[in-house]
Amino acid sequence: MSGQEATAPPASQQPLLSVDGLTVLLPVEGQQRAVLRDVSLQIRPGEAVGLVGESGSGKSMTARAIDRLLPAGAQVQGQICFDGADVGALSGGQLRSYRNKVAMIFQDPRAHVNPVRRIGDFMTEALRANLGVPIADARRQAVDMLTQVGIEDPERRLRQYPHELSGGMLQRVMIAAALLTGPALLLADEPTTALDVTTQAEVMAILDDLRRSHGLAMLFITHDLDLAAAICDRTVVMYAGQVVEVRRSELLHSDPLHPYTAALAAARPEIAQKASRLRAIPGRPLSAFEAPAGECAFAPRCAYAQPSCLTAVPELTELDGGVSRCGRAGELRGHLEAAHV
Amino acid sequence: MSEHEGAGSTAPVLEAIGLRKEFGSLVAVDNVSFAIPPGRSLAIVGESGSGKTTIARMIVGLERPTSGTITACGRDRSRPARSARDRRRRGGEIQIVFQDPYTSLDPRQTAERAIDEILRLHHGWDADRRRARIEELTELVGLDSRQARALPKGLSGGQRQRVAIARALAAQPQVLVLDESVAALDVSIQAQVLNLLADIRDETAVSYVLISHDLAVVRQLTDDAIVMHRGQLVERGLTAQILDDPQHPYTRRLRASVPRPGWKPSRRQLVPADSEGEVR
Amino acid sequence: MSAAVGVPAATAAPAAGRRAGRTGVLGLLRATGVGGMISAVVIAVAIVLAIIGPWIAPYNPDLPNLSLAWVGPVGGHLLGFDFEGRDVLSRLLAGAQSSMIGPLAVVVGAMVLGTLIAVVSAWRRGLTDTVASSGLDILFAFPGILLAVLAAAVFGAGLTAAAVALAIAYMPYVARVLRGTALRERGQPYVAALEVQGVSGTSICLRHIVPNILPLIVAQATILFGWAMVDLAAISFLGLGVQPPAPNWGVMISENQPGILEGYPLPALAAGLCIVGVVIAFNVLGERLFERVQAAHR
Repeated sequence: MSGQEATAPPASQQPLLSVDGLTVLLPVEGQQRAVLRDVSLQIRPGEAVGLVGESGSGKSMTARAIDRLLPAGAQVQGQICFDGADVGALSGGQLRSYRNKVAMIFQDPRAHVNPVRRIGDFMTEALRANLGVPIADARRQAVDMLTQVGIEDPERRLRQYPHELSGGMLQRVMIAAALLTGPALLLADEPTTALDVTTQAEVMAILDDLRRSHGLAMLFITHDLDLAAAICDRTVVMYAGQVVEVRRSELLHSDPLHPYTAALAAARPEIAQKASRLRAIPGRPLSAFEAPAGECAFAPRCAYAQPSCLTAVPELTELDGGVSRCGRAGELRGHLEAAHV
Repeated sequence: MSEHEGAGSTAPVLEAIGLRKEFGSLVAVDNVSFAIPPGRSLAIVGESGSGKTTIARMIVGLERPTSGTITACGRDRSRPARSARDRRRRGGEIQIVFQDPYTSLDPRQTAERAIDEILRLHHGWDADRRRARIEELTELVGLDSRQARALPKGLSGGQRQRVAIARALAAQPQVLVLDESVAALDVSIQAQVLNLLADIRDETAVSYVLISHDLAVVRQLTDDAIVMHRGQLVERGLTAQILDDPQHPYTRRLRASVPRPGWKPSRRQLVPADSEGEVR
Repeated sequence: MSAAVGVPAATAAPAAGRRAGRTGVLGLLRATGVGGMISAVVIAVAIVLAIIGPWIAPYNPDLPNLSLAWVGPVGGHLLGFDFEGRDVLSRLLAGAQSSMIGPLAVVVGAMVLGTLIAVVSAWRRGLTDTVASSGLDILFAFPGILLAVLAAAVFGAGLTAAAVALAIAYMPYVARVLRGTALRERGQPYVAALEVQGVSGTSICLRHIVPNILPLIVAQATILFGWAMVDLAAISFLGLGVQPPAPNWGVMISENQPGILEGYPLPALAAGLCIVGVVIAFNVLGERLFERVQAAHR
């Protein structure tokens, strides 16, 4: 995708992360089932990209594939390149060094932290073990990072255990911990979904702030279109294990390129007014393996579907600097506005 | 005093006066009062620790208020039901739909059996009449016959919530408490269920008590609202009014925190100890 | 747990509950693997023998003939003769009945009592739960065999007293295991929904909680059977359970024990192997079922 944003780095800059034709099958009840189909996306250094989808869209699976965290028995086709290197081929010391450069934060921080170790131990672990930083330095860096994420009295926090911190606090700690190893890319898998909305706003602000000040690239995964648009310049929309749209965030509502994006935005109720009836999408979101082969996965639920949509899986079409997997993208352009009446 | 579910009665269908709930030294709900006139729906808005869920549980009888009264359909229900008949009667007045579709149904019961059990509890109908009512209800909530006969594990989250709604409506309650009932659903499914709830209300004149932190859903489904913060009722009024022109600083902050087209998060100063919570 | 829920993602955990074509008892057995299926077959054979054993015994199991004592396998007597000249194979077949009935009574007793206490404690919580748990803890202090010996001392030796004593001894274990799961079910929203409907506690416990912990009950009962069999055999061996000359595997070990030292191990060993074989089968099947229950709840 070349030269679309005025604020973007030069078009010649190599993408930091490049996912190319990623297809993932998972063993379920003895069968191999597709959860991702031909997923491609790119993230440039310092760029924040949102990844939005409902259940079965494959958004979480994509992040796990990037971080080499797929469940056992997963079959992976396609390629993931980070900084020019094939991620799938990394092992041992290279893999550890990869994990220093690509940090991940999860939806439920408590499930990803050892409850019997103190915050300080947990935060300094990677620094000491992987980068050989002496403990005093590591603690100093940890304190500094905790202050950056807005936690008061950071020295005391280092001595506390995870259960002594609230969910929002712990998520801030996780962000701080992720940033300590100086990563180039941050994968955030629904980091605020389990938080109160006011806490979410705070954590999002911190994430946005720190990301910019540290020059990090980020892949922000969420089911909330507006949340992704808030801190990401570009948003990737996924459905049934495929990428269906890539678009500049500010255009998602005014000029979406795929009927699903438009329908998703229109289905949400508004805080400013009550709709006489919400524009619900009939049917339910599918996983990749549930979608019938050889046709557009969204066609059965699409208001613009035509017989031609059922004959082949649509290819990605480039339009106005974005990408759409709609066979009718060109002709539907401009008619998909999701604005509420 | 107030009449029972009479036609043209202006007595509130649900009224709480001075509700208070203490858990040991923690005051979860402090002096909360509200009244829901027949035909109107109330939102109880708040985040975790606000006391909204505790209020919901007190309304349906799962918790007992430390002090204060709750009156529904003209009868006091501040104390636990004394007899089985009392319990059943209360069950026929106020019902609840929980948040998590994956644990709010008995995994071993089909939708039909679940509804049938409720019908047998409340009415002395024969099998034919019950079957007819089951069909009515499943159709009302948009479940086809396959789904009505399926076990929960064969249903999606949205379909399970429909079953939970049908089961709650089986006893023809006057008040339906929706405890974050759409929060765990995909956006596209959430829209379907919200439309469904609006349709049900048109058809049955039930009053909703919507417990939610999602201001957009609150706007879509309710007429009046109260805002809870740390056990205190900080603002009340028409839903539209509170959301268009919030008065209390907390309400303002809440409204400013909701993502919407064009929203950007803004940062406050350093966070004092443990002031942030998580929703379950 | 993700807040967006439409269809569960295709990962192993949520799909484990939906096994197409693996429903019902046969499906359950198939899912326990080869070991589980072999065990199930062994158990089935033992049950059949327990029912028809006395009728298919080729020779009279009770008729002593001292001139044939300790004679090894010959002709139709595949396992030879015991210390009183009785056909070992016939005695084993006839003894299957009392060897299996005893453990069955123990298991039924312990499971019914244990389930009752577990579910009531879980339902009522609070003081009832605390008192019940303390009571169970006290009972835990008594090993099964000790109680059986006491029972024999008080009520006289015999299968009934021993079975009752063992049921009482096992009951706290069952209650302890089931209480945790019952508590978890009791805390589920669907139980709260039923309470709000006005369904009585008894109804909810019987029609909703127990059926949902049934897989665990079945797994527990299966394992328990094996233990009960060993304990009862030991009790009979000690002379406090089934009394000779009734055929019973435990009694047979005791009676024919002197033969081992004198060079005629077959009668005692044969009886021992029967016990061991059936116990192992119950243990293996029980553990496999247990594993499945754990997996389903992960």
